[in-house]
Amino acid sequence: MSQIAFPTPDPAILARADAIRTALRALLPRECVVTDEAGRRAFETDALTAYRRLPLAVILPRTTEEVATALRFCREQGVNIVPRGAGTSLAGGAVPQEDAIVIGLSKMNRVLEINYADRYARVEAGVTNLAISEAVGEKGFFYAPDPSSQLACTIGGNIAMNSGGAHCLKYGVTSNNLMGVRLVMFDGDILDLGGPALDADGLDFLGLVCGGEGQLGIVTEAYVRILPLAEGARPVLFGFDSAEDASRCVAAVIGAGIVPVAMEYMDRLAIEITENFAHAGYPLDVEAMLIIESEGSAPEIEAEQKRILDIARAHNVRVVKESMSAMESAQIWKGRKSAFGATGRIADYICMDGTVPTGQLPEALRRVAKICADEGLRVANVFHAGDGNMHPLILYNMNDPAEQEKAERAGARVLEMSVELGGCLTGEHGVGVEKRDLMSKQYTPQELAQQKSVRAVFDPDGRFNPAKVFPLTGRAA
Amino acid sequence: MNNTLSPADEREAAEIVRAAQAPFDIVGGATRPGLGRPRQGDPLSSAKLTGIVFHEPAEMTLRARAGTPLAEVEASLAKAGQMLPFEPLDPRALFASSGEPTVGGLVATAIPGPRRVSAGAVRDNVLGVRLVNGRGEIVSAGGRVMKNVTGLDLVKLMCGAQGTLGLITEATFKLLPAPPAEATVVIRRLDDARAVEAMARALSSPHGVSGAATIHAGMGREFPRTLLRVEGFPESVTYRAERLIALLADFGAKHALEGEDSKRIWRSIRDGAFLAEPRERAVWRASLKPSDAPAALAALGETARAALMDHGGGCLWFSTDPTPAAATAVRAALGRLNGHVHLIRAPEDLRAHADVFPPLSQALARLTRGVKASFDPEGRFNPGRMYAEI
Repeated sequence: MSQIAFPTPDPAILARADAIRTALRALLPRECVVTDEAGRRAFETDALTAYRRLPLAVILPRTTEEVATALRFCREQGVNIVPRGAGTSLAGGAVPQEDAIVIGLSKMNRVLEINYADRYARVEAGVTNLAISEAVGEKGFFYAPDPSSQLACTIGGNIAMNSGGAHCLKYGVTSNNLMGVRLVMFDGDILDLGGPALDADGLDFLGLVCGGEGQLGIVTEAYVRILPLAEGARPVLFGFDSAEDASRCVAAVIGAGIVPVAMEYMDRLAIEITENFAHAGYPLDVEAMLIIESEGSAPEIEAEQKRILDIARAHNVRVVKESMSAMESAQIWKGRKSAFGATGRIADYICMDGTVPTGQLPEALRRVAKICADEGLRVANVFHAGDGNMHPLILYNMNDPAEQEKAERAGARVLEMSVELGGCLTGEHGVGVEKRDLMSKQYTPQELAQQKSVRAVFDPDGRFNPAKVFPLTGRAA
Repeated sequence: MNNTLSPADEREAAEIVRAAQAPFDIVGGATRPGLGRPRQGDPLSSAKLTGIVFHEPAEMTLRARAGTPLAEVEASLAKAGQMLPFEPLDPRALFASSGEPTVGGLVATAIPGPRRVSAGAVRDNVLGVRLVNGRGEIVSAGGRVMKNVTGLDLVKLMCGAQGTLGLITEATFKLLPAPPAEATVVIRRLDDARAVEAMARALSSPHGVSGAATIHAGMGREFPRTLLRVEGFPESVTYRAERLIALLADFGAKHALEGEDSKRIWRSIRDGAFLAEPRERAVWRASLKPSDAPAALAALGETARAALMDHGGGCLWFSTDPTPAAATAVRAALGRLNGHVHLIRAPEDLRAHADVFPPLSQALARLTRGVKASFDPEGRFNPGRMYAEI
């Protein structure tokens, strides 16, 4: 069985579907409830488009109170809930089911408060990642985690998946930049965790909710840290004739006590695909390219880049291309951030997200190449090298079931390899449905049971985002 | 009488827990004897769970067993020019203890130092832990890589749980290069409001401030001192210190401490050393919205002495009389502000009767009990250490 299994929808719920939809329309304002089939169709999948399930209904609340009302209703009716931000999950974190109600936070998209003196922003969960940086940019601040989908993805989704991005090497991932959330619990109770102070008290429930994949409750508001923008930043492209040299260069830079704000890796195929799309000025005749960005004042950037250049030379760098202007820098990043989209224009792909210890990168790249070659598939590698978070894009044709099976098998083998090499299944995309059945490769049954029992404290009925993250058991999810 | 249990390894620790009939009091280096509500149970020591498992400088990671002395970890880091990013407090000054702080104690108590403002708290820099839960099962959480969202983040939960959820047997840390140089810009004689303003301006600048603290008069000097630290490569430190002095000229910023002078004062701030004496005083640490700090100090009034603001005002250290009346006054003064306060040091009878950790709301108490039960259903580990009855 290659296809990811979904539990059989609860026939009792399906039998009451019309009654549930009617009750919902009576309960919440008209513009907050989507019950017609065409409207629901828009929510049948996320960025893991190979899997589609038409939800029972969709609720688009405008306030925390409406979320609470919706959750109390779902509890009374015994209906499962699938929280949704912008639906950009690559892991199927927002893929619904026929017997579940989607609660989409897209209407809760306001920045509620910006406090520069205390360096935080309080935002609603449906605000996009980039909108936070845009709101505080004029005062010289930004919100640090920058997933490639930052134009579309919401902070609520970022919190659910503890999203990262290219610049986490210096600034950390979502959990390191999140100070508090307002969480609506399974019974409709509203709970504030953390807040405008840097550190929350008691057990670190905030740390659990972040990366909890929407299984602990629904986040409706968040306090996020905003940070001062650096005086300047400049990326440099380094082209190498071998993946080995490029990845050893990464380790050597860090080993030398330098933590550049970003170190991104692209292989020949990824460079070719993105360059054709974004015209970022990437070198086309190299096997591997690193984008290494330095931050600070002009002399600080200069000094750091000189140190990096010396290291790159010692690792046989062949092409060095400095950005000469802010526009060139923007082009370089536009290329990197459009890598997934550009790949999607030439083929269907599945994007893996395993992380390996950076010392294992050369071995991991060799094994990824072999795994994909064994299946007769092409793979483009583009990833965050500084933290070992790999993103092999395995190309296939979605309309060819045999090929999809091969792609998913190769993907699973790549993730198993990540665990074998001392890493993990997912660095920043989350487990979702996609990697659910691989969890037992990383965790023992006791470890999974421990996690599930913590989850059950928050969601005793197991209604939030069911059949995700944890392998399906005999028990109906 | 010494009935301390000292398992030789993780497996034996799990066996001891499985066979247990009574609660344990987890002991590391015994350097924080007064932290938390009073101890009860049979001592369960990490003394034999020692050793660095790996230190990979090029990956900026280190894994060590729970009983490993912090000094051993720091010696290994020093050889590679690296450090633990969060600047762990050395509790020996504050608690007048001897012995060696351990990796496990550091994670379980999770008090971040001044570099919190730039490098995060303890929980931001622990990549993985291994633990024995109350069922005597060995549980690994997180791992050794910087980015990991594989399953629920139980690592964060273990940081600061005061050993109430399990016996930590191993922890993996994220590291940073140790800065080859540092400088501290000093501003004298600012009142609390102006000091917080100056610190906010510095922390909002692009100059990478890695420490922002204000020490009240009477602690080493007869006037308050506001201190702003920059760290990095020498040429960059010089440049940024100059820029900070220019940026804060209207506050009276003039000069900077360098090298060992700078290091010494931040060590004292980190360790709460200014509050160590007199021994009998109770010591508190509050975390709050930085701009609330002046109001908090005003509300505390005469109750608090020897106060110090760290984290740009977001962290207050102060001392009070070791009495229930003072404890009540502290909670009353800070209760209306955004934040919370933790009683770090006090005589045992005060810790038995006053809230050491902020009292829990009903909803949080339900979650806290639930999570405790999910790890430790029989209440084996450090019972009542954070909250009575939990």
